[in-house]
Amino acid sequence: MTCSRRDFLKDAIGGTVASVLPLSAFTFLTTDEARAAIADAKVRWAFLVDTTKCVGCGLCVDACKNENEIPYDAPVTRTWVERYVVTKDGRTLADSPNGGRDGFTSGTIREEEIDPDNVAKAFFVPKLCNQCDNPACVQVCPVGATYQTHDGVVLVDREWCIGCGYCIMACPYGVRFFHPEHRVADKCNFCYHRITKGLQPACVQSCAFGARRLANLKDPDDPVTKIITTERVAVLKDEYGTKPHVFYLGLDASVR
Amino acid sequence: MKRHVLHPLWVAIGLVGLIFLARSFLVPDDFGVHGDSFTYNYYRLSNIQEWQDFPVKYRGKESCTECHKANVRQNRRSPHKRIECESCHGPSVNHPDDVEYLPLNKGRALCLRCHASLEYPDAARSDLPAIHDRRHKRKRECVGCHNPHDPREDVE
Repeated sequence: MTCSRRDFLKDAIGGTVASVLPLSAFTFLTTDEARAAIADAKVRWAFLVDTTKCVGCGLCVDACKNENEIPYDAPVTRTWVERYVVTKDGRTLADSPNGGRDGFTSGTIREEEIDPDNVAKAFFVPKLCNQCDNPACVQVCPVGATYQTHDGVVLVDREWCIGCGYCIMACPYGVRFFHPEHRVADKCNFCYHRITKGLQPACVQSCAFGARRLANLKDPDDPVTKIITTERVAVLKDEYGTKPHVFYLGLDASVR
Repeated sequence: MKRHVLHPLWVAIGLVGLIFLARSFLVPDDFGVHGDSFTYNYYRLSNIQEWQDFPVKYRGKESCTECHKANVRQNRRSPHKRIECESCHGPSVNHPDDVEYLPLNKGRALCLRCHASLEYPDAARSDLPAIHDRRHKRKRECVGCHNPHDPREDVE
């Protein structure tokens, strides 16, 4: 094969121009245009749980069940409170009777009487949906019945869900359950009907101790966002790569 | 090609066509990718509005103030000021328009949620005034002696 100098230059210049040309199809957006292209990116809901403030009264679970019409006596709940007791002889005991709906009123855990003098530390940990950035539950849905909204909340379409239960198994945090009346998957959605109207989620409003708080991570002036971004917070099961958005203050290593 | 090969082929193609036809009727128009990810944003768009329209039940202490001024004022001065009215009185829903009476809970179990003694070192629970359920006025209702709106005051 022969190639004259003229041909080589022609091809080289032509090729360069051809490879650069498609870039001109892209336009440069102003900041406002870019923001508009990403629909309503002014909100990213997140949650802050201060475990040092929780007293285990369970009024949040009670309020959640009433607000979200979850059957009161069925063994399912969108949020729950766990009690952890670490004894001086190195055991960790945990329980959450009825999801903590009726509070914690006795020192007996799983029918075992714990001697108060043997308690090294004890605390309550409220749990709810983490509204992950990479929600495993959404990935596995075979019909597109669960999805992430533009403000970060994961919702379930009750009309579209076929009740197969894949998402219930996929969630590493166990926050999903089968709704006994609607016969579909159900989960905490930060009270989406409330937060989109400017109200607080039912559990946040009912918490008398400020242990639960809602944050908008896209608002740098949000006081709760300031805590999340400037103080030492932890998330649950970081190793799963789901990027959970419920942040915990004072989380102990014994919490699973 | 021979007819016995072509016949099932037409049937198969017809079935596929039928499935696509049925799909065009059954799948709502607003079903699709709404966002930047097929994995996370493949859904029926109108479902967002359906969730936003879910009825609110707990209206908060502010809404009680309009009619129950004296009670709210007394409560706001008390150590119980941070407790929501609806935590004991029940969710107000459409009170007083069509829910005239709220399901008031004045049981001992409600008070014990916070005031049952649990001796847990370093837990916020230990900071609250607490009783031993079996030792303090067994089976009596707390509200018979303690005013829940302001527990510093006795009941007349």
